[in-house]
Amino acid sequence: MKRARPGVRFNPVARVLHWSMALAILVMLFVGVGMVSSLSLRPALVELHRPLGIAILLLALLRLANRLRHPPPALPADLPRIQKAAAHASHWLLYALMLAMPLVGWAMVSAGGYPVAMFRGFDLPAIAPHDATLYAVLRTAHGWLARLLFATVLAHIAAALYHAWVRRDGVFRSMAGAAIPLPRVAAPTAEPTETNPSP
Amino acid sequence: MADTDPVPSTASARRTVAALPGIVLIVAALALAFAWGAGWLTPRRLTPQRFTNAIEASNGQVWRGFRRAHAKGVCVAGYFEGNGQGMALSDARVFAPVRTPFVGRLSIGGGSPYGLDAQARVRSMALQLDSDDGQQWRMAMNSFPFFGVASVEAFYEQTRANTPDPATGKPDPARRAAFARAHPEFARFADWAAHAPWPTSWANTTFNGVNTFRFIDRAGNASQVRWSMQPQTAFAAMTPEQRTGADADYLARDLAARLAGGDLRWDMVVTVAKPGDTVNPSQPWPEDRRHVVVGTVVVESTTPQATGACRDINYDPLILPSGVEGSDDPILAARSAVYSVSFNRREHDIAQGKAAVATGHQASPEQER
Repeated sequence: MKRARPGVRFNPVARVLHWSMALAILVMLFVGVGMVSSLSLRPALVELHRPLGIAILLLALLRLANRLRHPPPALPADLPRIQKAAAHASHWLLYALMLAMPLVGWAMVSAGGYPVAMFRGFDLPAIAPHDATLYAVLRTAHGWLARLLFATVLAHIAAALYHAWVRRDGVFRSMAGAAIPLPRVAAPTAEPTETNPSP
Repeated sequence: MADTDPVPSTASARRTVAALPGIVLIVAALALAFAWGAGWLTPRRLTPQRFTNAIEASNGQVWRGFRRAHAKGVCVAGYFEGNGQGMALSDARVFAPVRTPFVGRLSIGGGSPYGLDAQARVRSMALQLDSDDGQQWRMAMNSFPFFGVASVEAFYEQTRANTPDPATGKPDPARRAAFARAHPEFARFADWAAHAPWPTSWANTTFNGVNTFRFIDRAGNASQVRWSMQPQTAFAAMTPEQRTGADADYLARDLAARLAGGDLRWDMVVTVAKPGDTVNPSQPWPEDRRHVVVGTVVVESTTPQATGACRDINYDPLILPSGVEGSDDPILAARSAVYSVSFNRREHDIAQGKAAVATGHQASPEQER
């Protein structure tokens, strides 16, 4: 299997942004479904949801700028064309959703006539007029885009683990900085793994 | 591929077999956790959506574009004028001796936008105050001095007990009796509903915040409080005959007539708890607690809700300025959650063009008659 060039990684800024945003986005998705389905946790979760969403928006902008300045390592040359296309499409979909979700949320809160509260005593300005129809459209969009984002994140995790455990082609390591070994019970082989980089 | 791949393809196949269950397990666990968080795996868990469904069922039908509870009311506008006395309790800007404008709503309990004004046991006042420091305070107050129950589950059971039986179109008395037996704390509310006098107007009705909040002063000290809006308009009670004889929009007409003669005022009276006083909203605090008049609500004008500024406002009682916080009262959090679902549903009704009456684009059946 043709590996990505050993030692080729996403730059450190990209790696730090990726893993911190991975955590933030997963927390955000669970906070989001939890706050709309709980009769007791809503106040606390809403208070967390709004500032965390804006933080993700700012991080996503930073990440996009970093990515445009520092192109990511190329995918392995032998990766089937359809997988390459899927990888590129899903990455750009993730970028689009990372930017769209907070913006749609911010506009939705504005259109609902709610204060865009960040923390006590500090609100962001409204970015959309207070309007019933606009609110309803944005509220629906926010919910469905969240489901799409979650599904894309799951596909991304599955693909990352496929690269790490099945193909062992350096793609996972290019973001992780190191490989994660498949638990021995599941991989009773003595083959070289990502932890033994080829020369 | 074989010439560049140091690993035999049979080993690759073995790795796939070994790794796939792990990948599937991780992805499935995340998906299940998400579905559980959303309540999709627990159809019996009480969620804001299911609570709102119960309210819609107790209304007998869904009135598109209207609030799912307290559907009938009018918008009002005016200002709150602090007298400075509240500043020792809370850092909220509205308590300074300044005028803070509000968009408010006066309404009656019940889910029908065609409810009879003079037959509604419960009346309410909601305010959205926009203070000059850019902060907002939303309040939703009721004419009852305490809730009937203390827990969200009991509140849900109360709603279900009041749902009309399809056979008779009225709530099942046996079911209501069973609810009252299971919730002895409800007796206090039932007694209020049966015996409290009915004021002749929104203008001489007392509106109570009912839930407990925390006021935070400039130094960061917290006080546990409740508050009431006590009318400056003299109290007068309606007789049962007056109530039966009153027209459907009696309160709205009365309000407009009174406003033609001048502004209407309520004193905001804050009650400060002593240590150990409960946040249970079905339990009034002892009468000897300290009461502080902190300012005056002044209503200057009224407009129909279909075209008024209050229509698209969710009077969520947990939208608070700095200086005011919610308490651990579980009913407070539940109100916030259920109001949000009610708001989403009526705004969707409007967006889908199903709310011609609620938005004033079509006369109500009442007006056509």
